[in-house]
Amino acid sequence: MKNFEVTFIVDPVLSGDEIKATAQVYENMLKDNGSTIVHIDEMGLKQLTYPINKRSSGIFYCVEFANESGVLIDKLELALRRDERIMRFLTISLDKYGVKYNADKRNGLIGKAQKKVKVKKEDMPSRGYAPNSAPSPAPVAAPIAAAPIVAAPVVEEVVAVQEEE
Amino acid sequence: MASRDDIKFLSNPTIGKSQKKYCRFKKFGIRHIDYKDADFLLQFINEQGKILPRRITGNSLKYQKKVAVAIKRARHLAILPYVTDLLK
Repeated sequence: MKNFEVTFIVDPVLSGDEIKATAQVYENMLKDNGSTIVHIDEMGLKQLTYPINKRSSGIFYCVEFANESGVLIDKLELALRRDERIMRFLTISLDKYGVKYNADKRNGLIGKAQKKVKVKKEDMPSRGYAPNSAPSPAPVAAPIAAAPIVAAPVVEEVVAVQEEE
Repeated sequence: MASRDDIKFLSNPTIGKSQKKYCRFKKFGIRHIDYKDADFLLQFINEQGKILPRRITGNSLKYQKKVAVAIKRARHLAILPYVTDLLK
């Protein structure tokens, strides 16, 4: 069995029922071709970073499924390509780490990456710092303050890895 | 006489003592890079949306390649921009 993941963007202009029906079509198609659906992730309406087909947002769907061979991928992609309701799609095959990652994510073991909080200019140790205006505390404090922000999202993943082993 | 505390450095003593770069994927045991996680991938691109080199991110070759693939996938799905300005 190989695991795959197909992500597609559905046109947001459609009504809610139509969007659900679109996703259902591909879910059924996968099932009919003898694959087991691991998980369907409705990521919902998201802003696109650049317009596709003159639309600036789209509804994201991510379907993870397992199949013996990749033969149905060609069929699936052809159907997606012909479908006017689908704006974009991407199919990838998952390795064992990808499968594990998705499972962990579903169980809430993986935290969302936090946006890096910008360190204010005043807190940053600048090179042209005048030595007589508070020399030592500022340069020492800044790296410590910055460290947890960088490490925070990653630490939770370490926990996940340890539990697997 | 000036005491020890009064002595000031003429140049910044922390210059040249930069922290050693490391590969965060190896250090924290991250094996899979999710292309749907835009906030995470944002750490590896510059303000114009370009992929940062290994020289700056400190990633090992193996994971730099994976990061690059993940960013390219995210771009295809409009999760990250191909070209932009003032991203961060």
